[in-house]
Amino acid sequence: MTPLVSLKGLTRDFASGSGFLKPRRVMRAVDDVSLDIPRGSVTGVVGESGCGKSTLARLVLRLIAATSGTVTYDGADIGALPPAALRAMRRNMQMVFQDPYSAIDPRYTIRRALMEPFQVQRIAVPDPAARLAELMDKVGLNPSLADSYPHQLSGGQKQRVGIARALALNPAFLVLDEPTASLDVSIQAQIIGLLEGLRRDLGLTYLFISHDLSLVRYFCDRMVVMYLGRVVEVLPQARDKPRHPYARALMDSHFEPDPARRKVVQMLKGEIPSPFNLPPGCAFAARCPAATSLCHEDRPALVMGDGGHQIACHHPMG
Amino acid sequence: MALLTVSNLCVSIGSLSPLDGVSFEARKGEILGLVGESGSGKSLTAMAIMGLLRRIGGRASTGSILFDGQELTTLAEPAYRQLRGKRIALISQNPMTSLDPLVRIGAQIDQVSRLHLGLSKPAAKARSIDLMQQLRIPDATTLHGAYPHQLSGGMKQRIVIAMALAADPDLIIADEPTTALDVTIQAQIIQIMVDMVRDRGLALILITHDMGVVAQACDRVVVLYAGRVAETDTTEAIFAASHHPYTASLIGCIPAHDQAEGTLLGIPGTVPSVLGYPAGCRFHPRCARVMDVCRTQIPAIVALPTGSVACHLHGGTA
Repeated sequence: MTPLVSLKGLTRDFASGSGFLKPRRVMRAVDDVSLDIPRGSVTGVVGESGCGKSTLARLVLRLIAATSGTVTYDGADIGALPPAALRAMRRNMQMVFQDPYSAIDPRYTIRRALMEPFQVQRIAVPDPAARLAELMDKVGLNPSLADSYPHQLSGGQKQRVGIARALALNPAFLVLDEPTASLDVSIQAQIIGLLEGLRRDLGLTYLFISHDLSLVRYFCDRMVVMYLGRVVEVLPQARDKPRHPYARALMDSHFEPDPARRKVVQMLKGEIPSPFNLPPGCAFAARCPAATSLCHEDRPALVMGDGGHQIACHHPMG
Repeated sequence: MALLTVSNLCVSIGSLSPLDGVSFEARKGEILGLVGESGSGKSLTAMAIMGLLRRIGGRASTGSILFDGQELTTLAEPAYRQLRGKRIALISQNPMTSLDPLVRIGAQIDQVSRLHLGLSKPAAKARSIDLMQQLRIPDATTLHGAYPHQLSGGMKQRIVIAMALAADPDLIIADEPTTALDVTIQAQIIQIMVDMVRDRGLALILITHDMGVVAQACDRVVVLYAGRVAETDTTEAIFAASHHPYTASLIGCIPAHDQAEGTLLGIPGTVPSVLGYPAGCRFHPRCARVMDVCRTQIPAIVALPTGSVACHLHGGTA
């Protein structure tokens, strides 16, 4: 089966400091990412701040342009689409943003915020009140909130508005960029439950971006681990034990809600290197407990293993 | 032997009573977890202990806070200044705002021991560098002269911890000390704080909403909900068999290692606002096991073998 979304060699550079007497510096936020997202799947991308996961999310929807590489949606290269065709294409692919506080215009009522996608796309809605009630019901919002303003809603309710807005045009593909990172754990679990139900009922395909490996393990079918712009491991089953030392460190950083499973935290040495000045070898080598001199000199390539498992590491863990 | 005893503490701000009858103890050599969602009164409890309520126009209307035999609710400001920073230290959520951006970090740590312990400049510097080394800050002598912006978030939080330790306090209150940090760094900071309590025998109140962190680090737990204590017990007892449905729901918000799909439930609704606390048990509108009595009667605090609970499932009305 052909994947719904396919990324090939996706790369994005950002330049900084190009001022008077200041040399231009370039950092590669996303470096040569190739990934197939099967229809109806939930693909999780996990990594810490600066790993390029949010840049990847924006590239996939072409909210920003790629420096090189392609994104294909349902067979169409979205990088090559003229503006009008891209706009039409966006009906199929939507994004839920991390911060529901800034994703909704504070001067818009919920009604206006949820109807805006139809105006942008110039789609006539025969019965707006019914469509609005349906949308709000879908995400578990009481329709009596339609005339409220965002500041009158809680964080969880605002994120539900964000999700309803993304669903307004009946898309097939949603990019979820840390949709629960700014919420309380109790509300995070509510929102994840809502997303699970919507996926089941509407047959959606998700690209789920998160810094929380345990949440990705729980919620996603597949897991992609990124470090400093590169994919370091792809787990075809999100619940498989990762073998990259960085992915393992991420997993060990999650505390189980069970005092019998207390962990001894391995102290990673050093800091994440500056993305403007990456070391020649493996970007994780300086912090890696298993690093050898080879790791400091030679950057490991992402190698395909059994059953679709991919890893970029000279010394994968058992 | 309890170092800090909070009994029946009620805090009022104007006509509102955001804290209502909170009681717990903090002991030397122990980590006490203060848990609850946003709006449950965790930070307000910390402010009450630190004597900072006046800054937000609040006061302890009834109840007592006994620290090492001294009543804090009636303590005058000059006497409080002898305690704050010296015997009771605070580690706040965001290390970016706890440090003065214009002052070298070393000078900021030095200041604490110079002020509270009367150390000379060179003695304070030596003490700060020693503390930084104990907190595994690499190259402490050089970093002593660095400015906050030159450090990563995790390093800054270690500096804030060093500041908290500089006057050798008996009690440290850490208010969500890791929420602003990356996951691998979060785990390391929690580990550093656990080691700090074990090595120095001080008392730590760790404020968090993450039951995973509680299971990993705490000896005892106080679960707050809407300004009241729902349940308090040892970590072992509360995870083995929690007595309050709210505690069970909070634990259920963190995905466990083998969490089955579709079972991460969260807690429906949100914490009520102090402007409109529900009658009876304040958790009743969100509780899956609500009974008629919960809607009208405040549950009494019932003793458990190692703790206590306020829930109609376990006893009478207050």
